[in-house]
Parts: sequence; structure tokens; C-alpha cells
Amino acid sequence: MPIFSYLAIPRKGAREALYTELSTLQYCQAMPAENQDIVMLITDTPDADTEKRLQQRLKELPSLQSLSMAFGYGEKNDKGEQTDHET
Amino acid sequence: MKLDRRQFIKQAAISSAFATAGALFPGVSFGEWNSLANNSGVISWQKTPCRFCGTGCGVLVGVTDGRAVAVKGDPSCSVNKGLCCMKGYHSVQALYGEDRLTTAKVRKNGKMVEVPIKEALDLVASKLQETREKQGKDAIAMYGSGQWTIPDGYVASKLFKGCLSTNNVEANARLCMSSAVTGFISSFGIDEPMGCYEDIDHANVFITWGNNMAEMHPVLFSRMLANRKQRTNVKIIDFATRHTRTSLAADRSILFHPQTDLAVANAICYEIINNGWVNWNFVNEHVSFKKGKTNIGYGTEDHFSFTEKEESINFDAFKEFLEDYTPEKVEKVSGVPAKDIKYLAALYGDPEIKVTSFWCMGMNQHTRGTWINNLVYNIHLLVGKISTPGNSPFSLTGQPSACGTVREVGTLTHRLPHGVVMNDKHRQMAAEIWDVPVTNIDPKPTDHTVAMFRSLDRGDIKFMWIQVTNPMVTMPNLKRYRDGALKDDRFLVVSDVYPTPTTDVADVILPAAMWIEQEGMYGNSERRTQHFEQIVDPPGEAMSDTWQIIEVARRLGFEKQFSWSKDNYIEKIWEEYRRFHAGPKHEMAPYKVLQKRSGVQWPFVNGKETRWRFNPKYDPACTNGKDFDFYGKKDHRACIWARPYEPAAESPDKEYNFWLNTGRVIEHWHTGSMTRRVPVLHNAVPSAYVELHPEDAAELGVLDGEKVKIISRRGEIIMPAQVKGRGVPARGMVFVPFFDESYLINEVTLDAYCPISKQPDYKKCAVKLEKV
Repeated sequence: MPIFSYLAIPRKGAREALYTELSTLQYCQAMPAENQDIVMLITDTPDADTEKRLQQRLKELPSLQSLSMAFGYGEKNDKGEQTDHET
Repeated sequence: MKLDRRQFIKQAAISSAFATAGALFPGVSFGEWNSLANNSGVISWQKTPCRFCGTGCGVLVGVTDGRAVAVKGDPSCSVNKGLCCMKGYHSVQALYGEDRLTTAKVRKNGKMVEVPIKEALDLVASKLQETREKQGKDAIAMYGSGQWTIPDGYVASKLFKGCLSTNNVEANARLCMSSAVTGFISSFGIDEPMGCYEDIDHANVFITWGNNMAEMHPVLFSRMLANRKQRTNVKIIDFATRHTRTSLAADRSILFHPQTDLAVANAICYEIINNGWVNWNFVNEHVSFKKGKTNIGYGTEDHFSFTEKEESINFDAFKEFLEDYTPEKVEKVSGVPAKDIKYLAALYGDPEIKVTSFWCMGMNQHTRGTWINNLVYNIHLLVGKISTPGNSPFSLTGQPSACGTVREVGTLTHRLPHGVVMNDKHRQMAAEIWDVPVTNIDPKPTDHTVAMFRSLDRGDIKFMWIQVTNPMVTMPNLKRYRDGALKDDRFLVVSDVYPTPTTDVADVILPAAMWIEQEGMYGNSERRTQHFEQIVDPPGEAMSDTWQIIEVARRLGFEKQFSWSKDNYIEKIWEEYRRFHAGPKHEMAPYKVLQKRSGVQWPFVNGKETRWRFNPKYDPACTNGKDFDFYGKKDHRACIWARPYEPAAESPDKEYNFWLNTGRVIEHWHTGSMTRRVPVLHNAVPSAYVELHPEDAAELGVLDGEKVKIISRRGEIIMPAQVKGRGVPARGMVFVPFFDESYLINEVTLDAYCPISKQPDYKKCAVKLEKV
């Protein structure tokens, strides 16, 4: 059940489009900055497979130039190991 | 609404994204934060100043189900206008480390045993009483910090100075701010900056003197960067001994050899005079000239003493003194090209340019700390760039209440909440407000911090109570003081929130309430007093430091002086303390006003805060009818001091051939006892390292991450090397951050100090390096 947060950088002039596209995706919450061309993205998926599919969808967004991960968290896996990623 | 674990993690994800955005895009704002945060289950937001540095950012803490779960910058606080740094955004996580101290402990047969806090407080009181009766009043001591709330420091001073008649009250701000204090007092006769953070919005040039603001005061640095972006005529000049993130962002980076800032500052004055850039109207009306003792020593020996002998001089004598500091001569000692010295002087000397100088530990942790503070004031005074918006010599603080609790309450051996113990009137005022006989207050100061720990080592002090600080990591020449603390007949009480190397040497550990687990006030760098309510409950038996002192005071028979009720003791203490500062020079805001606002700047007169002191347009204490009034001095003139360059206490030689410089990193605050318990911050920089210049590393044959032994005349330490990291020291220097208790770099440092301020120099001693 991974939770991630990112700073999403839009392609030039595509901040609004990016915000709209991210907002319509399932498992995503997006918030545009008021004074910079960036969008904050929080993802909250139920399992690793869904997360993988979401990552793929994100990569395909035409308005997205790049994603910088700010925080990552994964529930314990089958071996009981914690899988978290914090930057 | 209850916040479950998943919502909590999500909140952490949001906070991290904010922190990252703030670091990458200074001044970035997210207007829809509230809706996103509320979706995460946060139900109430309450204001507080941040727990960490001396900037005093206002934050709003989100609470749900009795737990602090989120932080956002307080947009109504003029300090940060809604922005926070990464420490601020993650600050509430520091409340919930797994090893939080929640019960009292007492050493029994060599082992620490949990006891009810009442029993521990009984023992503290009885041991304190016994030591005082058998060994004398000056065998007991209290050591606090610039993280004490104002009420914490006030009751400590009242108990020890007013009731127990010892001036053995010190605070760790002696280690970080006392040179700033003696600089202000000697130049202006009164402490704390004349300007405020609004200077950043007016200045054209910022000169950072040995001050890595990008990491140490990131929110203020962001404000500088935002101003540079918004206005076309803004420059940042970094003047330092090491290349840092501040140097990277600056328009110009100028490096100088350690300690030679004294010579460069004098050379700037020489240039200003030589080029006819003196503001004569200002100097003739508002400035006096003095000189003091020279060759003043370094305080490395026990019982060192120093008494200043000041002498008035005139402008011509000052000009003659500066003949030794031509840019060409100073280039040889400082390594700063003469053209760069002339460039700096031209910036200060141009009447069309507003200049703000910022400094912090680089100038204060200096064996001539008072002098270098004086010298930067000299520059601003010669050109009259002071006490007006944008023209400010500005000493920043490192702790949230170094100003509020240590400098204003006066929790140093020679100080009282108003004035000094040596002054009859000041003692009388304290005795009256404290309701104690005036004879209770000893007119003679005792030990400053280094001397106090030397006294503990020698056995002149037998009992010490340490609150909110970690001296067994921070004292220079640490081994001596840790060995002293461990001697058999010493008794140490430590109040803290987590286990530290200082609680390791304690005989009693008192679990303390932290930050918003209690009500209190801090005072930041710009004379701003910031009140916070208790927002969440402290864990277990943890108790505020103020109330711990009150409990002990009552056990010692001082019920009358400490009669406050738990319901409103902070309000009552504040209103009692405020009496010390009545009058236009230092009037403090009433409790009810502090409660409502995100900080109030003093002097607070007739409902109005004072932005710029000594300027009658803003400061109601000005009475001389002129355009400036430096009323701290009897002659209403600020003082320009002739202070020479003198070398450091210990410089590299053939055997110990490197400078050692110590300091902080942005992720960690001080000794890391709080920030290392925040996973995001800890994981970002999990351990300390020694930063090397790449060419020095190549000569030693050391690669990034390999182990290096650092050896001084006092001790040695082995730690990993960092080559081409975020900071690059000059050749012949190494830098080590001190946040990591696994690498006690202060076992290597030297306990030399400024003879005037008694502040140690953590930035300069000689070491040699060996590849391990």
C-alpha cells in the first residue's frame, strides 16, 4: 500500500493541463503552486501492482516533463521487510 | 475525526513535498494546502514559533486526536510569511521518537533506576540543599540554554540568584551568542539588533560574514534570493573561510584565511576613509572613538581573567591606527586580493547602496569575537548605514530563544533580567520584584560557561542542574569536562526529552515536556517575542522545565516566591518578568497581546512595535531631537573601536598542519538529539563526516567515504571523509559537523575563548590528518 509524494514539473506552458490530468487520475491528489510552474502530487495506491500501473500512466502524461520524488512509503512486504524511501 | 496511521503517513508525504518544494523553489506557495490537509484528517491548527533555530518562523501545527501530525508555515507571521525549511516542516515528528524520556530516573548503585518524578524532585531538592550547606552557595550551579522558554530561564534565575544567592547561572548561549552581546554593549551600550528582517526587503547588497545562511537560516536566505529575483539591483556577497551552498548562490564568493576577518574589516575602514566615503554628518553627530587593551590572551588556562581598559581617541588616531591595514598589506595576511577588499569597501562606501551585513557563529565563535563584532559596526557607522530600512549590521542567532531567554532574561552569571548583578540599582529592582532581601543577590559574578565546567572538574562546583542542552557533546575540549562530570562526588541533574551523552553522566534524569507540550515564549533574532500555548500533552510524567524548577523551589522553602498555580503560571510569570523591562527602551507586550499575535517586537510602546531602533521615525525611546539617538550610551553616541588583528589561539604549524572548523548542516539542529529522531532528516544525513578539499584528499590518498583520523593536541577521532560534498573547505582546512554523538568532534577542539565575551572558538584549532 505505497504512498508517495512528488514535485511534478510540467512541460512549458502546460501547468494547468498537467494539474487537470493528474487530478483526474485515480489514487492521485494534485495541488498546483500559486507562484511557480510546479504541481505537488500525492499518490496513495492499494497495492504494488496498482502502483506499478499508476507509475506507467504517469510516465505517459503528455504535459509532464519530470517527477521528483519527495517521499515514499511502502507497507511491509511478504517477508516482513519495511520498504520505505524518503528523500 | 481520528487520524489513522495511513493518514499520518500521508501527512508526512505532504510535508516532505512542501519541504522539497521550499528548498528548490524559495518562496513557493500552495494556496490549496488547506483542502488537501483537511482531506488527510487534520482537524485543528494552532500557532507556535518553530522549535529549532533563532529565525523564529511562525508555524501552524495540525492536531488530531491529541497528536501533532502536521506543520505548515504561518502566513500571518511576518518572519517567514508561510514558508518553512525542511526542519520546520518535519518538526512535530521530533516529539514522537521511540526512546522519548517519559519517567524520571535516579542512579542507584551505579545503575539508572526508574522512579516516580516526585521522588526524583525530592532528591534534587535535598541534594541541592545539602551541597549548598556543606560546600557553600557557589558549589551549586544551573546550566540552561537558548532553548529554555522565557519562563524557564526566568524562574531559574529567580531561584538561583534571588533565593539561593549564587550567580552560578549560565546557558549554552554563552557558546553561541555572547560575542554578539559584548559587541552590542561595547559599540552601542545596549544589546540586540537595531534592525529587523524587513531589512531584507530593502537592502541592495547583502554581505554574509562567515555565515552559511543557505543552510543555517534557510528561510531568511530564501527571502534574500526572492528579493534578488524580484528586484534588479540586489547582490549577495559571501565572505567566508569555506565554500558552501551560500557561496554557490552568491553573486560573489570571497574566501579569507581563518581569523583574518579582523584585518579585512579594518582594511575596509581604511579604504572608506582613504576614498572620502565617510558620512561626516553622521560621524560628527553620532559617533565616538575608543581603543581598548591589546594582546588580550585566549583563556585556555584555569582562573584566566581579563578586565578591559577603554580609552577615548579621536578620528585622527583611528585613521593612524588603520595605516597598518592597507588592502595590500592585508592581502598578505588574509589571502583576500586587495581588489576584493576594495570592492567590498566600495559597496559599503557607495551612498546610493543600502547594505545589510549578516553574521552568526563565524564571527561570534571567535577568540576575538567581541572585536570582530565591533569592527563590522565600525564599517556601518563610518558610512552611516545603520538603523534605517535596508542598512543594517545584523547578528543572527542560532537558538529559538537565545535572545528571549538568555540575553533578555539575563541567564548568564553577571546578568539580571534588567541590568547586571554588579549594579546596586539593578539588584534592588530584582530584589523588589522577586520579593527577596537585596542582600540575597551577590554583587559579584562567578563562572562563565567554560569556567563553570572547569570548576565542576576541579570540584569547586559539586552540584549542577542541566536543562534543555547537551554539553557532553558541545563543550570544547570535551574529554576534560566529561571526566570532570563523572568524578565520584559530583552530582548532576539533567532535564531532557531524549537520552543523550549528557543524560549518560547524570545522577538524576528528569523527563521534560518539549516545545508545544507546554505553554511558553521564545524570543528570536529580531527582538520578537513569540508565545505558544500547550497544544498537546507531554508523555508519561514529563513536566515543563519551568514547573520542575518551581517544584524544587517549593521543596526548598520558597513557596512565597513561587506561589503560582498550574492553571496560569506562564501568564503570571510573564507579567512579573515584564516589570523588569518597563519603559520605552525595552517595553514588552502584555500577555494577552502575545497570545493573539504571531510574535511581537519590542520595544512595544503604546500598542506599537519598533522595527528600527535608534531612529526616531520608528523608535519612541529616542529623545535627543536628532536624526539618530544611540541612547544605550551616556553620550548618546555609538562607538567606533580601534581593534587590531591578532592571531588565533592555535594555528596550523608543521606538525598540526590543518585548520579544524566545526558547524552544522541544514538537516540537523545542534547536537541532533531531536532531528536525528526524525526519519526524513536522519536518512538525509545519517552520520557526520570530515569535509576535505579535493587536493588535500588526493595528497593524503583519501577517497570519498574512506576513514580519516583527525588528531589534535587534545584528542583524536576517526571518521569518514567527504570530498566534493556540499561544502568545500579551503586547502589546509577541514570541516566537521557536530550533530552526530557517534563522532564527538569536540574531543578534538580547543577551549580557547574571547576574553571579553568568554565565548569559545569552535571554528579554529590545529589538527593533523592520517589516512586510516
